Amino acid sequence: MLFKNVLLSVFLCFTILGCSGSGSDSKSGITVWHWMTDRDSSFQELGKRYEALTGTKVNFELYAPSDAYSQKIRAAGQGTNLPDIFGILGEKRDFASFIKAGHILDLTSYMEANNNSWKNSFFAKALAVNEFGAGNTYGIKPGIFGAPIDVMTIQMVYNKKLFSQLGLNPNQPPKTLKDFLEIGPKVKAAGMQGLVSGWGEVWLIDCLANNYAFNIMGKEKVLATIRGEVAYTDPDWIKVLTVFKDMKESGILAQGIVTMINKSAEQLFANEKAVFAFNGSWCVNVYKGMNPNLEYGAMLPPVASEKYPMAIWGGAGSSFMVNARSKNKEEAVKFLTWLTSQEQQAYLAQATNNLPANKSSLSRIPDILAQFSRGVDNATHPNVWGVSEFSLVIEALDRGIQSIIIGEKTPEQVASEVQKIKEREMAKKKY
Amino acid sequence: MKLKNTLENYIFILPAVSIFAVFYVIPFVWVFQLGLYEWDGISFTRVFVGLQNFKEIFLQDKNWWQSIWNAGYITLIALTFQNILAFMLAWACDREIKMKNFYRVIFFIPPVLSEVVVGMAWRFIINDIDGANVINRTLVQMGLGQFAHNWLSDPNTALTTVAVIHCWKGFGWGFLIFLAGLQTIPRELYEAARVDGASAWQSFRKITIPLMIPVMVLVAILTVLGTMQVFVLIVSLVGGEFAGHTSVPVLRILASMRGSSRFGYACAQGITFGMILIIISFIQYRFSKKGQ
Repeated sequence: MLFKNVLLSVFLCFTILGCSGSGSDSKSGITVWHWMTDRDSSFQELGKRYEALTGTKVNFELYAPSDAYSQKIRAAGQGTNLPDIFGILGEKRDFASFIKAGHILDLTSYMEANNNSWKNSFFAKALAVNEFGAGNTYGIKPGIFGAPIDVMTIQMVYNKKLFSQLGLNPNQPPKTLKDFLEIGPKVKAAGMQGLVSGWGEVWLIDCLANNYAFNIMGKEKVLATIRGEVAYTDPDWIKVLTVFKDMKESGILAQGIVTMINKSAEQLFANEKAVFAFNGSWCVNVYKGMNPNLEYGAMLPPVASEKYPMAIWGGAGSSFMVNARSKNKEEAVKFLTWLTSQEQQAYLAQATNNLPANKSSLSRIPDILAQFSRGVDNATHPNVWGVSEFSLVIEALDRGIQSIIIGEKTPEQVASEVQKIKEREMAKKKY
Repeated sequence: MKLKNTLENYIFILPAVSIFAVFYVIPFVWVFQLGLYEWDGISFTRVFVGLQNFKEIFLQDKNWWQSIWNAGYITLIALTFQNILAFMLAWACDREIKMKNFYRVIFFIPPVLSEVVVGMAWRFIINDIDGANVINRTLVQMGLGQFAHNWLSDPNTALTTVAVIHCWKGFGWGFLIFLAGLQTIPRELYEAARVDGASAWQSFRKITIPLMIPVMVLVAILTVLGTMQVFVLIVSLVGGEFAGHTSVPVLRILASMRGSSRFGYACAQGITFGMILIIISFIQYRFSKKGQ
């Protein structure tokens, strides 16, 4: 009896251990982990095509939502059982940590082979997100560590039908902040909602604040602020924060925007209840699903200053990395090269309404996506700046802007609070 | 023979003890250990910082204490409004009233619903842009139009609105436990009291309340533990921390983990939060013992 019990326990232990497996070796072929629910069926189709072409099976495994995916790859990284190909969600410093931990293969030599043929197929800004330049502050050896799958830009969109109802020219969206703010009273009088966006989730606030920071003070001063050389109490930063105060006072912001989740914002815009939305190029697919007849156009955020160009967040929307510890890394690189080539990128763009990362696939995209693609020229992203702001400072800035919008704090108060946190974090870093 | 028996007994409990150790004890010890490190959750190396994370929590992190305060406020409303409502309804359903089984089912529907579903549904009910705007419309119809506003986006009402919705979702648990407790009180006690001339109020005060105290303590402890850890409802109602007005400890821990990649700090926050919950539960327990 005792012997049987011991045998059963041992059997159970081995069964449990056997089930745990390893991310990269448990299945034959190449395993890819991703979080992109909207692209999963297209990935599966491309996987089948690749298998038919080469005989190599590609297992696309979807782990959603993105938060859960993000935790999963961290846990897999700790257990060194990441799949052959995976994407990283997070800031550049997270990307750097994965590289430092030896999880990510340096793709530079593959990118530069055959006279840079793979490298040159991408939009430079899309690739930049996956690059670490010489002298980067993350301590990473310069190189390219990921391949972009698509490109995204975060811009404003406006409803052409509501524009006509407001007596505005649907082909001439406002170009300056002054013109934009003047639409506020008209929107209010018409009982419509102005600008909608997922500002309850805060990161989109951070994005627009950075856009205006680049426009008002220029890239160098923004980066100098991050390096701690310019204070957040600088008049230019006050101007940036005042943009949000002015927006609130003009009535251009939708009611409850500070607690709005982006999905609600997308529904409001797609249902023609809001005149403007601040959203990423992924919205093309979302709006198409919600209201295929929606007439809208893309526009850059209206400029607050003529001194510097408006910069928008953009670059690689999503990227894939190759597991440096994978036994199938050569196969994985071959598959990524195939996935990012013109034909596959055009298929992905058409099937998912995302901007392709491959330059030569642009000619085959819908008009509204082409409008978003023009924004790539103005695109920037914290991941290409080479320096990162402290996350607590970003949080204080975003929360502060929420407070300005609800009339709780002034731009000066917020600037002062953000600067205090910045100084505290800088002191901690020195220590 | 005795040794063999002892050994056999240990072998029988070994799988359960192993599973408990692997999934509960070891992670618990690791969380304590990680609280003493600076770690991004990705690197294989960690920097030992001693009690620095705890020092930061206690002396510098105002957002953390604001989140504790907010969670405490929601808990206070749940302890009073939610539990009084649950007790009164349970007491009513314990009497011989019509359709009491129907009420029991109805009252237990909200707790079994997902918090995300509840959040989205209530957001639709009370939001005045993309929702049905039921509350504001009702207020206007009642001639109280001056009170109609965006309940979730007003810093003065956001947290209370969240708390009330949390109570709506949670009162069913208390109702069930109270009802089970009320049904254990022998009916003879009430009959004897009635024979002695006690009024309904006196029976309630002298029999029901004293005999229900242990159940009340249990419900109160469960309410504190459940409410202090609320966060999914908040995310689905207001998208997040809303300039700190709806910030709660679990959201702060998540912000440290996901937003800042400070896993060590998040662990320290988790430990601090756990200790706070243990202390509150202990105080409640001691308080109830004294009351008894």
